[in-house]
Amino acid sequence: MSQEFRLENVGLINRDKKLSFKFNGKKYFGYEGDTLASALLANGVHLVGRSFKYHRPRGFFGAGVDEPYAIVQLYRNNETEPNIKATEQELFEGLEAKSVNCWPSVNFDIGAINNFLKIFLPAGFYYKTFMWPKSFWYRIYEPFIRKAAGLGVASTKHDKERYEHKYEYCDLLIAGSGPSGLSSAYAAAKNGAKVILAEDKPRFGGSLLTDDVNIGNQSGKDWAEGIIAELKTMPNVVVKNRSQIFGYYDHNMLVMSEKVSDHLPKTKKYHPNKRLWYIRAKEVLISSGSIERPIVFGNNDTPGVMLSSAAKEYLKVYGVLVGKNPLIFTNNDSGYETAIEFQKHGVQPTVLDSRKNPESEIIDEAKSLGINIKNSYVVVAAQGYKKVKSADVASISDDKKQLGKIENIKCDCICVSGFWTPSIHLASQSGNKTKFKEEIDAFVPGVSKQQETTLGAANGVFSLEETLQTSFAKGRELSKKITDNDNEVSVPNVVEKKSSKHDKFWCVPLPAGKNYKRFLDFQNDVAVSDIEIALREGYRSIEHVKRYTTLGMATDQGKTSNLNGLQLVSEIENKVVPAVGHTTFRPPYTPISIGAIVGREVGKHSKPTRKSPMHDWHEKNNAVFVDAGVWLRPRYYKRGNENLFEGSKREAKNVRTNVGVCDVTTLGKIDIKGPDAAEFLNRVYTNAWLKLPVGKARYGVMLREDGIVMDDGTTTRISENHYHMTTTTAQAANVLSHLEYYLQLVWPELNVNVVSTTEQWAGAAVAGPKSRDVLQKLFPNLDVSNEGLPFMGYMEGDLFGVKARIFRISFSGELAYEVNVESDNGIFMWEKIMEVGEKFKIQPYGTEALSTLRIEMGHVAGSELDGRTIPYDNALEGLVSKKKDFIGKRSLQRVAFTANDRQRVVGVVPLDKKTSIPEGSHLVKDANAPLPNPKLGHISASCWSVEYDNPFSLAILKDGKNMIGEKLFVMSPLKNKVIPVEIVSSHYVDPKGERVRS
Amino acid sequence: MLYIKCPHCGMRPQIEFSYGGDASVKRPELNKEISDQEWDNFVYNRKSLRGKHLELWQHISGCRQWIKVERDTATHEIFKTFKAEEEVA
Ligand SMILES: [Zn+2]
Repeated sequence: MSQEFRLENVGLINRDKKLSFKFNGKKYFGYEGDTLASALLANGVHLVGRSFKYHRPRGFFGAGVDEPYAIVQLYRNNETEPNIKATEQELFEGLEAKSVNCWPSVNFDIGAINNFLKIFLPAGFYYKTFMWPKSFWYRIYEPFIRKAAGLGVASTKHDKERYEHKYEYCDLLIAGSGPSGLSSAYAAAKNGAKVILAEDKPRFGGSLLTDDVNIGNQSGKDWAEGIIAELKTMPNVVVKNRSQIFGYYDHNMLVMSEKVSDHLPKTKKYHPNKRLWYIRAKEVLISSGSIERPIVFGNNDTPGVMLSSAAKEYLKVYGVLVGKNPLIFTNNDSGYETAIEFQKHGVQPTVLDSRKNPESEIIDEAKSLGINIKNSYVVVAAQGYKKVKSADVASISDDKKQLGKIENIKCDCICVSGFWTPSIHLASQSGNKTKFKEEIDAFVPGVSKQQETTLGAANGVFSLEETLQTSFAKGRELSKKITDNDNEVSVPNVVEKKSSKHDKFWCVPLPAGKNYKRFLDFQNDVAVSDIEIALREGYRSIEHVKRYTTLGMATDQGKTSNLNGLQLVSEIENKVVPAVGHTTFRPPYTPISIGAIVGREVGKHSKPTRKSPMHDWHEKNNAVFVDAGVWLRPRYYKRGNENLFEGSKREAKNVRTNVGVCDVTTLGKIDIKGPDAAEFLNRVYTNAWLKLPVGKARYGVMLREDGIVMDDGTTTRISENHYHMTTTTAQAANVLSHLEYYLQLVWPELNVNVVSTTEQWAGAAVAGPKSRDVLQKLFPNLDVSNEGLPFMGYMEGDLFGVKARIFRISFSGELAYEVNVESDNGIFMWEKIMEVGEKFKIQPYGTEALSTLRIEMGHVAGSELDGRTIPYDNALEGLVSKKKDFIGKRSLQRVAFTANDRQRVVGVVPLDKKTSIPEGSHLVKDANAPLPNPKLGHISASCWSVEYDNPFSLAILKDGKNMIGEKLFVMSPLKNKVIPVEIVSSHYVDPKGERVRS
Repeated sequence: MLYIKCPHCGMRPQIEFSYGGDASVKRPELNKEISDQEWDNFVYNRKSLRGKHLELWQHISGCRQWIKVERDTATHEIFKTFKAEEEVA
């Protein structure tokens, strides 16, 4: 037990539960309720990492979300996570963490040479140094930067944690559970409003946990605990700790990340690691408080220099002394609170106050306790490398320009308070144009943009009494608007000792002859001199200065550095701060795990999986599945050791010689009903539809208004005013929206209704010369002869007691039928087809065989109807009516669309009849032409023709109509292939289409 | 994420809708001779407005109705929503 900086009986930690943990391989102990930071400090560990650019030693600067330094790599439950703030990570038994940004170790760091080569790394060093020569990038600069920089390593393993999303609606969302959050939540809750109160820390209460105040005759902490306890009992209130509201989006939607399990050694079964809340709030109350700002002085990044409020929090919440010989450097009363806490616990601090004659109750108290106070005094520079050992201090003139004689005083930590910066990120993200408040030297929210109100310290109000009064009133007023209730809540009396005045002083001048680094941005190592260089080099806009120097661009987003940077720019430029302006706040406020953003939409859950009713049968029969959009379709049915090529060839061959059956359930199906249905189809499709008789199907092509083919498919007239449309699998949803668009917006006078019936019907395509025999067995009482059910005919039948629709349509180019039954009967139909087809040697076939069959028939599909082709390109111009108007017709008159050498679908056969042609390859005239070799077309689809037993492809080729018989080359630089080919008709098999009519 | 009032269903989050472009575009009548310019204007040419914009949305995961939404493209404020057949004042 060596927690030598831990005080007895102080703090809110649970001393009954001792926890062991490891940091950089060394074992330490802490308590339940500690953060990793407080536990390390209790053990006297101040060195936690190295800075980003100069690799200077880094310690702890804050105690929470504002921490710029203490970023560690965390190991938990056999997983690792980078970019974890030690000040936010709660301790658990067995926690392991390591320093980042140091190589080979935190104590001896090679990158620290940078610190001695400062000249190498001034502002804009990335831009200047690593520009030239270009080849150096890959070999020298990038490997160097990658090794030297970086804030940890991401795990390469699959993240086994579970993350959830939750959608919530409420009347009032309150961000922050400090004094303003608690009082407004309480008043709103009393009026019956639905309230969500979010606190990013494990404990509720915010500044009340550490400030020396009294509310209603109790300590601030006790008052906060009482309010929270009461809120928790109210059914209309949700209070959430460990929950950071990190983004304020449109229409009052905010997103909150709840750390459900990060404080535990491992996530409990059925619990998520994190939960992301999407909250739509009627009113948002921003009570996010304020962050203490540093005062800039020499070597102000040395471990042991930290915010005075952090030192106080480590003491009051965790019972940890950050030093035993503290120096407090302040320009306002906040430093005195820290000093008094030290003094009360037996540690004598020295206070340097930049003010000349400050007066307040708390200063009187400090004096009466005998604390050593030096007025008009400043810290010039911290001394010590891995830890503060002493401080150079001096008196300072009233105008803050001249330093007195420099003295060195011994100390082991320097607690700095440069006053307070309101946390205005949420208001700013909402669109609120923030304004500069002179008396606090900081920006505060201006006019609300959305339904948002900022209260308390976040609004630049640092008097507790005023905060409570306005917050109770706002909570009451806003909730009354929503619930109509108006319950009075009395505002408790407040005792506060400190005044909220500060000295307008933020940067200690350099003593003559000294060139100390004075840091503004601690995480990105941006010093005063860097900003000076940027301005000297002509950067004026604060947005440019920010990007050039990387000020405020680290993962802490400049929470402690932005304002001091602005002060500096305004001083050098001789402008007031509001004229310099500040950079924009963008979500997220703190780094959010990618896992939390993705939520449950990972792996197979990233999109829905749709399966046909016959899926189980396919699975049982060795189907190898392929993703077709969100559908799973059998690609082929594996027999023995067959591969895809062998299996699909067998299946396709069997369709050509016997009969095959294919699951076509995935095709989009749209039911169209109404007296004007025929007229509507006539406008939607390029061909004529007015005279299609009942009981007949027709193939149709539909265009977009720009003349490009949108989709194709068959539509069948089921009865007088009832049509059944099919679409391609991929376009089903788009076609439905397209039809609804024209019916609802363009031609509302048409009396037609459309509805998707894709999932209502199971479909089986029975194809091949023996398909009629199979059909006759399925429907023994129907006349399915070529006369009884001709090509493009339709009839309804009874399939062993099940109602069925029979379409004589063909995608394979063979004699074929499509049978549809209600989805629930799909498996019954399928098994019957297999049963009666057995003696005709029926085999199921998958999408690969289906493709082969359609390609060698020259039947265009998605790869040709690719959103870039018109009917002519697909040899479909015969289906374009000259007589009637239809969607997209006018576009077909475009000059490019009527050009004589317009691209067109052709067939491609390799001259050696052996080499398979990769899809996507280009067609060129001369394989040896200099690059860029003029492209004449591309291969859209390839197969192995089962009819001719050689490779065959379809291509979209410039002037394709006049290219039949030409010899060209297929080039695939990707596959490193050059293949001499001959251009042939796209209708490679059965060019007259006799089989489908047989 | 926007919060859109479907005139048929009420307030719904943006994920239930799909965007359909400028609602002020009128399709030329069928069977009417029109110039290339007029047709191009209908098919291709759109103003990219900053400010108040009347646009189409379809409530695809709800009632499937196409609606008109008057929205500020810069601030995302939605002023009013209309049914497809409703005249926009
Ligand atoms: Zn709706």
